[in-house]
Amino acid sequence: MPHASLPRKSTHIDMTAMCDVAFLLLTFFMLATKFKPPEPVVVSTPKSISDIPLPDKDIMLLTVDTRGRIFFAIDNKNMRTNLIESINFKKALNLTKEEKAAFTVDASEGIPFTMLKTYLGSTPEQQKAAEVNAPGIPADTAVLAPNNDLAVWILAARETNPGLRICIKADGKASYPSVQKIIKTLEGYKIFKFNLITDLEPVPPGTARYADIHSAEVKK
Amino acid sequence: MAEMDTSSSGGHKQGPGVKKGKKLSTRIDLTPMVDLGFLLITFFMYTTTLARPKTMEINMPYKDPKLKVEDQNKLKASVALTVLLSKNNRIFYYEGIGDDPNKPPELKSTNRKAFRQVIIDKMKSVADMKASGALGVKDETTVLIKPDTTSTYGDLVGMLDEMTIDDVKVYAIIDITDIEQGFIKETEVANGIK
Repeated sequence: MPHASLPRKSTHIDMTAMCDVAFLLLTFFMLATKFKPPEPVVVSTPKSISDIPLPDKDIMLLTVDTRGRIFFAIDNKNMRTNLIESINFKKALNLTKEEKAAFTVDASEGIPFTMLKTYLGSTPEQQKAAEVNAPGIPADTAVLAPNNDLAVWILAARETNPGLRICIKADGKASYPSVQKIIKTLEGYKIFKFNLITDLEPVPPGTARYADIHSAEVKK
Repeated sequence: MAEMDTSSSGGHKQGPGVKKGKKLSTRIDLTPMVDLGFLLITFFMYTTTLARPKTMEINMPYKDPKLKVEDQNKLKASVALTVLLSKNNRIFYYEGIGDDPNKPPELKSTNRKAFRQVIIDKMKSVADMKASGALGVKDETTVLIKPDTTSTYGDLVGMLDEMTIDDVKVYAIIDITDIEQGFIKETEVANGIK
């Protein structure tokens, strides 16, 4: 009987094309990723239904932890350079060039001005250790109070970049008075519009907002 | 693509004494490389999408020390609902703004879950009053949020969120007064809340 023999095909597939695609995507994601800046303290923000994304740049981040300590951070490096010059002049801190450079690369501050020179003069390891026990930036409900360091930070930062958005990232368990200090200070500078960073949570069904979203979807 | 032509010996004619080098295949197995590529893609995909926090925009009422008291718009007591945020996520509320010293407001204690119905009822009663002509067209339900010093930031955000959820158009964060702190204490004592 004649036997129909099928030609044997190799099971090897050419992976080159797949490899190309994989690395193309990899390059895209690597370039598109913006890593989170190192955070001074762990903060778990309260939940809300608000879904406005945080702007990518030009933000001033005020972090408040459970104990009510305030930390100040700005993302832009060029701005940090200008900021420390301004702070140095305003508070007469007599910072050296190295100390100013240390500020430019540092992520966030959580200490009073009186401790700033010593802090910036120390090594990065010492800075990290100091950050754990940092007392936080002193603030007050009165914007012109002599111990309101936060007000000076905010004013100097606003002078370097007037388009700066102010974001408050506070822990849900932080006491209200500590956040109130920030809000009052901002009000003192006539800043009435700012952002609060929250975690996203779904809209509860059966509420006015829920009905709003769904009627908008039907219209589309 | 990844292969090179190695079969031709470059046109040189090799003599009989010249040993031929062993021909190795230049095909490389790309499977592990693809594996690694996709593994890294997965990692970067996750980190990109998760690193975008959400924010809540907030507008505080405009305050100007030059603004005279008589120039300010007076809030009608019938549209107002005052909320006092207290310790242990407790919420106290009363109708109106409590400005009449002869008639102290009656504080009711609740939690956030039950509070939603209070707001819905209040909005409904304001809408009814508008329909019957007791209130003007421009009058809106106004919620005055007054966090006590014992409350947390989470309480405040929760309450602001509640305003968005229930579609309350007018609300404001206002400092609590000593009188109101007294009201909270009295209510706590009267209801045996610790």
